Amino acid sequence: MKRQKIMERGMSWLFALCACMSIVAVALICVFLFANGIPAIKEIGVLDFLFGTKWAPKNVPASYGILPMIIGSLCVTLGAVVIGVPIGVLTAVYLSRFCPSKLHSVLEPLVRLMAGIPSIIYGFFGLVVLVPLARNIPGCTGVSMFAAALLLGIMILPTVINLSESSINAVPSSYYEGAVALGATHERSVFFAVLPAAKSGILAAVVLGIGRAIGETMAVIMVAGNQAVLPSSIFRGIRTMTANIVIEMGYATGLHREALIATGVVLFIFILIINLAFAVIKKRGEST
Amino acid sequence: MTNIKYKIQDLNLHYGAFHALKNISLDLPEKQITAFIGPSGCGKSTLLKTLNRMNDLVEGCHIDGTVTLDGEDIFDRMDVNVLRRRVGMVFQKPNPFPMSIYDNIAFGPRTHGIRSRAKLDQIVEKSLRDAAIWDEVKDRLNKSALGMSGGQQQRLCIARALAIQPEVLLMDEPTSALDPISTMKVEDLVQELKKDYTIIMVTHNMQQATRVSDKTAFFLLGEVIEFNDTADLFSMPQDQRTENYITGRFG
Repeated sequence: MKRQKIMERGMSWLFALCACMSIVAVALICVFLFANGIPAIKEIGVLDFLFGTKWAPKNVPASYGILPMIIGSLCVTLGAVVIGVPIGVLTAVYLSRFCPSKLHSVLEPLVRLMAGIPSIIYGFFGLVVLVPLARNIPGCTGVSMFAAALLLGIMILPTVINLSESSINAVPSSYYEGAVALGATHERSVFFAVLPAAKSGILAAVVLGIGRAIGETMAVIMVAGNQAVLPSSIFRGIRTMTANIVIEMGYATGLHREALIATGVVLFIFILIINLAFAVIKKRGEST
Repeated sequence: MTNIKYKIQDLNLHYGAFHALKNISLDLPEKQITAFIGPSGCGKSTLLKTLNRMNDLVEGCHIDGTVTLDGEDIFDRMDVNVLRRRVGMVFQKPNPFPMSIYDNIAFGPRTHGIRSRAKLDQIVEKSLRDAAIWDEVKDRLNKSALGMSGGQQQRLCIARALAIQPEVLLMDEPTSALDPISTMKVEDLVQELKKDYTIIMVTHNMQQATRVSDKTAFFLLGEVIEFNDTADLFSMPQDQRTENYITGRFG
């Protein structure tokens, strides 16, 4: 009896420990990022760092403005959302409510496979297929914000599709039946009764897609051009925050290195804002 | 003598290999309340769903025989969405859409092409008044319908069905998920509605059938055992099985 109790107590501690691991990991990442990044931001100056348009760590004196990269990250992410979300959500609607089951059994594994493809492969695809295509657009340099947004739009598809589809599948059939019983067509019932009921799940899918897009690195580097300057149009090259870190981290030292870590801090804060915004929207969605 | 609204003749329905409805022939009178009673699985809900072709959604469902609405065959030339516009349905569990009270009521009219805000306002108010829920919700039309109580939700669903101005109202155990007071309100409402609508109601509750209906059909194992005026069916059942059921010997 007593032994059993000790076992129970011990196991519950073990589980608690496992649960703590992930929390500890997040906490350590925060500590590391902020401890290394904040001093650099202070030294450079918050405004010069965030809103400086010139990134020239080799200049004398060096200039560490990451506004081009912030704009770059936001623009490719926005572009990815504009391209990927409508396609992804409509694909999910199709898979969930319109697709014949035979076709579904083919499409579903394909979408899953898409999620499993390493991002470097997407990068190759972008470089070999999308960039030459983009070059046909007048005024487009090939490697460009446009190519990066297009590629990211494709890369977030599996995230958006899978999560949206499961949230659409989870809508109780009573909503659909209620709409059909009012004489609504299948299409109208799906889009105006079922889809609104799935909106918080779809929103979650979009937010995860945004997170994926803003954090993506390798594929973007291969197609974005990576010039650390403010882009003059969507058909010019840009550099994202993630690209900035990866490209220069190998040889950076001193304040340069810390400035890159500080770039990571900014990226991290963006992710936090996205998650917070999502939590707020979701809560509002539930209360109305 | 009242008109016949629905004429069901030699109706057989199979779900795959399962013979769910057997040789059903019934004449359902206009602007009266017909109750379908019987134990679970006897086919009464299946028949109800046949009347607005909700069974079309069920895979492997096969129907023989004819059902006519005002003499028109509902399986033959009638567009299913037109049929469902003429025949409203209220479900067992209240199923308001996850949107505002106003949008719930306006869903049907909008589906059928009404866009004018003034017209919609008018329909929403009239439907809610007809469903005896206007006074409770008039100050929160833009609030989510999911915040209402179960009884209110069910009356909202009735209002939603009324908003498309149907001729018939099908009700599938409309009060089984409600408390006694809400049930009473819905029953009173149904009595009111009978002036304008033909009502067909499935119920598990025999007291409810006696309280509200004019005619009652007793179902058993996919067959209609007895169909008569409610008063007669309950006071002097013609069939032994009906008597056994209504006196509570089984079911």
